[in-house]
Amino acid sequence: MTIPSRLTVSDTLSFWTLETERAMPPSSLSFTSSPHVHGGDSIPRIMHTVILALMPATLLSILVFGWPALWVIVITTLTAVVTEHLLVKLRLRPSPVGDLSAALTGLLLALTLPPHAPWWICVVGGIFAILLGKQVYGGLGYNMFNPALIARVFLLISFPVEMTTWPHPVGLLGEEALAFGDAVALIFTGHMAPGEVMDAISSATPLGQYRMEVSLGKTVQEALGGNYAFSYFNATGGLVAGSLGETSALLLAAGGIFLLKKRIITWHIPLSMLAGCLIPAVLFWLIDGTKYPDPIFHLITGGLVLGAFFMATDMVTSPVTPLGQIIFGASCGLLTYIIRTWGGYPEGISFAIVIMNTAVPLLDQYTRPVIYGKTRKNA
Amino acid sequence: MGIVASVLKKFHGGVHPTGHKELTERCAIEPMPMPERLIVPLHQHLGAPSVPVVQVGDKVFKGDLLGASGGFVSAAIHAPTSGTIQAIQEHPVGHPSGLTMLCVVIAPDGADQWNPGLKGTADPTTLDPSAIRDRIKGAGIVGLGGATFPSFIKLSPPRDKVVDLLLINAVECEPYLTCDARLMEERPQDVVAGIRIMLHALQTKQCVIGIEANKPKAIAAMEKAVAGQSDIRVVSLPVMYPQGSEKQLIEVVTGRQVPSKGLPVDVGVIVHNVATAVAIRDTIELGHPLVSRIVTVTGGGITRPANVEVLIGTLVDDVIRHCGGLKSHTKKVIMGGPMMGLALHQTDIPVVKGTSGILALTAEESSGKTEHPCIRCGSCVNACPIQLVPCTMAWFAKTDQIDQLPKVDLFDCIECGSCAYVCPANIPLVHYFRYGKLTLQAKDREDKKKALTKQRSQAREERLAREKEEKERKKEEMKAKMAAKKSDVGSSSEVKTGSPTVSKKVTAKGGTATDSKGGGDDPPVDHAKTAKGTSLPEE
Repeated sequence: MTIPSRLTVSDTLSFWTLETERAMPPSSLSFTSSPHVHGGDSIPRIMHTVILALMPATLLSILVFGWPALWVIVITTLTAVVTEHLLVKLRLRPSPVGDLSAALTGLLLALTLPPHAPWWICVVGGIFAILLGKQVYGGLGYNMFNPALIARVFLLISFPVEMTTWPHPVGLLGEEALAFGDAVALIFTGHMAPGEVMDAISSATPLGQYRMEVSLGKTVQEALGGNYAFSYFNATGGLVAGSLGETSALLLAAGGIFLLKKRIITWHIPLSMLAGCLIPAVLFWLIDGTKYPDPIFHLITGGLVLGAFFMATDMVTSPVTPLGQIIFGASCGLLTYIIRTWGGYPEGISFAIVIMNTAVPLLDQYTRPVIYGKTRKNA
Repeated sequence: MGIVASVLKKFHGGVHPTGHKELTERCAIEPMPMPERLIVPLHQHLGAPSVPVVQVGDKVFKGDLLGASGGFVSAAIHAPTSGTIQAIQEHPVGHPSGLTMLCVVIAPDGADQWNPGLKGTADPTTLDPSAIRDRIKGAGIVGLGGATFPSFIKLSPPRDKVVDLLLINAVECEPYLTCDARLMEERPQDVVAGIRIMLHALQTKQCVIGIEANKPKAIAAMEKAVAGQSDIRVVSLPVMYPQGSEKQLIEVVTGRQVPSKGLPVDVGVIVHNVATAVAIRDTIELGHPLVSRIVTVTGGGITRPANVEVLIGTLVDDVIRHCGGLKSHTKKVIMGGPMMGLALHQTDIPVVKGTSGILALTAEESSGKTEHPCIRCGSCVNACPIQLVPCTMAWFAKTDQIDQLPKVDLFDCIECGSCAYVCPANIPLVHYFRYGKLTLQAKDREDKKKALTKQRSQAREERLAREKEEKERKKEEMKAKMAAKKSDVGSSSEVKTGSPTVSKKVTAKGGTATDSKGGGDDPPVDHAKTAKGTSLPEE
């Protein structure tokens, strides 16, 4: 074995000059890392699909609550988008509003608001969600809390009256419905036509009614029956008082199943969250059905379905591991039940999810799956 | 027959990239006209480079040795055609950083004449298993699926391991590639012959050929070829990338998982690529070493997609030209498949033993959009066949938290690219993992070096302490002698003044040595002092 002597300069030259045409000049080729093909999924597609999944419930809420609901949705969403655009432009970065994440945040926030919320609630909420819920952390992907829910919690604590004034579902076109002009007046001035007052059409949410009356010593049946006349049918269909997104459990669940089908979300969070709330509901209902309402009531009233399919599943603020997602979902559900039953507020979805958001980094760290070729023991 | 699971198992995750196999799946394997020049790299395999054994100006036959195996894990390199050695020099090769490598340049004489000395064995079963392994080693056969691990090693399992199953990897899960499928359609008998040789070499009784269901013709051909042979089974596998990865294939067929950091033989399985089986058959039955391979030339940028039998050392340029050239909107030229292949900086580089495909992708076909922040959607977690958490790994690599990476099992990543394929934020995850691995390896080397330096400096300090002790002892002895002398002979003032001078000098020297201890924690400083220290006693 002999190592050959190096070539002379002339050898090298003749060799290189033999190199004639290349198929392609090297500079024009891209040589980024593998894989060289992509499945085509994108952030805008995800956001777009989620917005699409929310549309049936959103449209129904407008039908049920009338023109003011449309204004609430439009103002909140627009504020969120404009805030995002301006804030990112301030940082001299390209505007990300095309990824639709701000629009989705705005829409989700709107769905947690009372249907006749005044304009400034929408604006303050939209700005809070994007500014303090998202951009201060560095924008999309870096926020700790669900931006829509942290904004709702902020509004609920700061403006309890405006945030808990629930209009009776008056419909968009029915005889009780507000005219388009009245709706504008209501949202922007707080008054409708002269002489009318808000109380005339306001009503308690089923969860609120249950908590208030039961705390006064009545049974669940007395609380929801009588004048209140709670109807499972109306609650499922969305024809009861509540936030815009507490309307139709049915349509929201349909949207959730659409997201599952489209593989935007997995079953882990929604299912575990529903179970986390409904299993204790079954237990306590069986223990004392006069003090604790049945699980169906918990499922179709309030924001449980919206929370389970659209809020807790917010990608940025939920765990990425399957086990972490199950623990996260179940804890959200359990906390919701605890707050609804014994807490200071009749509804606990937003608090439950915001509290659990803080546990996400911990969950992700301690629930990593056992990888291929390892067992739990030697992992 | 217990090792093969009765029902096919599923591996975790995986993706379904678009196949694009229709471009070439009906293209019969065609020969290529002899190129003007062949540039044969001396390192085409995993392990040590080969050592050149020819000189410039030498005339060689096809199949003559150009480079001898350079270590245990290494492979021989042979002349792909007959001709003259024109040069032995550095030339660009398929390397992620565009590095050059020592190559043997051959000017073909056009005769393409095999060395007449190369003889095959008609009935390989007459050969001893070790003789088969030696011939496979001598023929420079490496895994042709792309990993290019020397094949003879995988046919020499350790004595304490039992091999229950020879698993033939004919999955070809990479999109676009059809070279293995065509090989099975056109030479099924040779595949079986190669399997027979490997079974004999391994002394194993059972073989499974795993083929994905999207290659019905190959499955039919192989089933026909093994008809009546109950020890070789063809198994049709549901299509799922990366099923062709050794670990995943083993899990699907046997239900067993190769232990982390372990080898397939740990679960009683040996995996070989189907093209390797044919190469082994050619070596044993015909005597031909590995000098050519089948390459799928395809993609939207190739004028005439084809399956071509290419001599090792043929330039990618020549192959592309043979296939009608590149279309003008080509964006990427890739060696290998689109999921794990290597994007080339330039096209004047040689085809090597591991080149299963030459892909020219247009902008529409290839990825390359801007990276967005991770939205933690978890798609990568669901896609990872190893069940890693890719987004966390990428975050640690991106933010240079290198120490965290081994804790999230970075080195178990097979770089299949499934995570990056599904990522909606277009994060080049595999790129970050490679960066992390390389940085960790570099750090590991650095740490070893530091440990060695520390060990050396400690040894030096111990030696100096020993020397000091020795001197103290001698001093004591001298004092004792003096005292004895004094008491014996009586006092002498000259001797008395001389003694402290000597001891003072010794202490001073000892002091210098002790001072250097202060820098003991800092290797570079210490290193310099070590050099100084060693010269001290000789002063």
